[in-house]
Amino acid sequence: MAMVQPRSVGVRRLGAHLALICFVSLIVFPLLLVISISFREGNFATGSLIPENFSLEHWSLALGIPWERPDGTVVQPPFPVLLWLWNSIKVAVISSVLILMLATTSAYAFARMHFKGKAPLLKGMLIFQMFPAVLSLVALYALFDRLGQFVGWLGINTHGALIVASLGAVALHIWTIKGYFESIDGSLEEAAMVDGASTWQAFRYILLPLSIPILMVVFILAFVMSIMEYPMASVLLVDEHKLTLAVGAQQYLADHNQRWGNFAAAAVLSGLPVTVAFLICQRWIIGGLTAGGVKG
Amino acid sequence: MYTTNASRGLPRHRSRHLTERYTRWAMRGVIAVLVIALLWLVLAFHLNGQWMFALLFLVLGGSLGVVFTKRTLMSHRYIFPAIAGLGVFVIFPLLYTIGISFSNYSSTNLLSEERVRDQLMSQTYQAEGNAFDLALYPEGDLVRLYLESPQGQRFVSSPLNLANQENRQIGVQATDAPPAQEALGMRAVIQARDALQGLRLVTPDGSELRMAGLRQFAPMLDRYEAREDGTLYDRRDDRVLTPDHTIGFFVADDGEQITPGWPVNVGFSNYTQIFTDPDIRGPFMQIFVWTFVFAALTVVFTLAVGFVLASLLQWDQLKGKAIYRTLLILPYAVPAFISILIFKGMFNQHFGEVNMILDTLFGVRPEWFTDPWMARSMLLIVNTWLGYPYMLLLCMGLIQAIPQDLYEASAVDGGGPLTNLFKITLPLIIKPLTPLLIAAFAFNFNNFVLIALLTGGNPDILGASTPAGTTDLLVSYTYRIAFQDAGQNFGLAAAIATLIFLLVAGMSLLNLRLSKVKV
Repeated sequence: MAMVQPRSVGVRRLGAHLALICFVSLIVFPLLLVISISFREGNFATGSLIPENFSLEHWSLALGIPWERPDGTVVQPPFPVLLWLWNSIKVAVISSVLILMLATTSAYAFARMHFKGKAPLLKGMLIFQMFPAVLSLVALYALFDRLGQFVGWLGINTHGALIVASLGAVALHIWTIKGYFESIDGSLEEAAMVDGASTWQAFRYILLPLSIPILMVVFILAFVMSIMEYPMASVLLVDEHKLTLAVGAQQYLADHNQRWGNFAAAAVLSGLPVTVAFLICQRWIIGGLTAGGVKG
Repeated sequence: MYTTNASRGLPRHRSRHLTERYTRWAMRGVIAVLVIALLWLVLAFHLNGQWMFALLFLVLGGSLGVVFTKRTLMSHRYIFPAIAGLGVFVIFPLLYTIGISFSNYSSTNLLSEERVRDQLMSQTYQAEGNAFDLALYPEGDLVRLYLESPQGQRFVSSPLNLANQENRQIGVQATDAPPAQEALGMRAVIQARDALQGLRLVTPDGSELRMAGLRQFAPMLDRYEAREDGTLYDRRDDRVLTPDHTIGFFVADDGEQITPGWPVNVGFSNYTQIFTDPDIRGPFMQIFVWTFVFAALTVVFTLAVGFVLASLLQWDQLKGKAIYRTLLILPYAVPAFISILIFKGMFNQHFGEVNMILDTLFGVRPEWFTDPWMARSMLLIVNTWLGYPYMLLLCMGLIQAIPQDLYEASAVDGGGPLTNLFKITLPLIIKPLTPLLIAAFAFNFNNFVLIALLTGGNPDILGASTPAGTTDLLVSYTYRIAFQDAGQNFGLAAAIATLIFLLVAGMSLLNLRLSKVKV
């Protein structure tokens, strides 16, 4: 607590609050707007922030239920949003579990063991992590195109390809987990090994249970990044029923037919869980993100 | 750290525990199966003539086998899967992209030379002679083909099973009149099209008829004939096609290039094209400059907003910081692909909120999507909204680490908030911040998602021979050349991608040096 206070502190405090409130309302406006639009009638953006003609049409369509208007016409859902959401979640869960397994085991080796080439490997991972996958899309496309000729579930237009391709992004997570492992004292594992545990057992039964929190964080981080992945999915997935949400959502706002209302409902439906998950875990996620300097 | 026998490379004793022995054998079995599966892929790629992919999987399978059998490499077993993932999906594509940049790989030069040859050899042409009208007559489950030419020649086949789609030769007999039943309609003909295309009908005088149209059979001949010296003879146009391995096409005597071609090494021609072809150089340089400006301005704007907010939130007289903080990082928490699309709707020139508000307040309706400068401003506005929370969080962390007595001392000496900001806070955080700013610059340099979802690179640059937009970044430009242009010029796209690789590599090396990472 500062001992020396200027006289005008009350005025300044008020000014700071005012400025912050103005800025926050400017920032939050688009998000509130979308929630409001999702409850409005029609697909146009006109209207006040609190809907005048309250309607659940867009929500019903987003959930895949045909909606009957008062005049008797039945509107069919334009896009399979729930299917896209399911695809996204399926891909994200599987790839996050795989990433978590790979990252944890390698982080263990990097944190606890001494072996040849450790330092260059760690530095190399930091460098390669900065190369975005967008740039090698042509090569990745060719790779999966060819692989698909021999292994069907790894071809173009499969979720397998998308999941496997996401394994390239382990470097960031290895660094995060390695940092956490290094903060845990190694004497417990040593004690276990003196008592006859193998390296794997010391890792599996001593270190892993101690690091559940960071594993949760890395899992959620990988999950969020996978949900948001756009470039790879846009190239690898073709059929409408195979799309992930990130690729599918833009179809609502095609140049000539903007389905504003339908989009708003779908966006809130699918964006809310991710946003809430992020906010709950923000403390840990931010630590990991700021260390790596990446946001997808 | 305690080291086990294994990591010293000492032999492991046969375990006393039965389950442990079984697990070890199961592990060995899994590894063996994986190695065999990878070797099978190597063989498959090799037989297909794709040596780069064969080499990739050979290296992968080989290193898998070595790492999991040599006991001195015990520690490497833990990192192998992750390194393999990185190798196959980051490093290999990078090298392969560089490789493609020296080739003319594109939609016209896509298949291997053998496949191109096969494709040409399967081409046919209609020889001079009569076309026959086709009619199908049912006979039980089977179908008779009936052919009739305008000159009155009539042929009929034996009953055929048209569910069988294999290529086969069928003899037909001359006949005087069509079969007695009623002919099948158009729908049945369309359904049987695949089977009909595989039929070769041999007439009694020995000529071969093939499907020439939906309801027609005609004498069709193979157009090309392979010769011993690798050339193809074009029967229809009576000319010789010579394979030209410098351009990857068959070239006819009269100079015509026959598509499709195959990819060949073209050396630096993609690179020279970028820097000398005026239709590509102009847009490329324009996009190059805009990419730098965009990334730099984004970093400046987000840092400015984030830093000011962080200093405000760090002020200990302020109440309700937690709420402000949560609200302020909301843009970071909402998935980017959703918030970018929200802005796309809001900035819509006709129905969007932004123009409605601007119209009522100032009476202007800027053309956010058709005017290049307005589109660029929009991108910067949206990207600042998306990116400032990251800078806010960084700055908050760093400001927290500044000792409070510095501000005390400043207050004693009569320093105001501005003096504190410029003389204490900024100088102390700029050093740890620099590597993170470089990383942010590199990220925005390649901010593909924003461009792809918000403007798609539009409005277009006039007079460009490749799809190029005034708001395109280098990454979205390469993406459009490779995947959205009709020509799909993968070679050119890969060349530009290679140039970006060099820039990114420079940035990350600089970053590594500045941040002094401890390994």
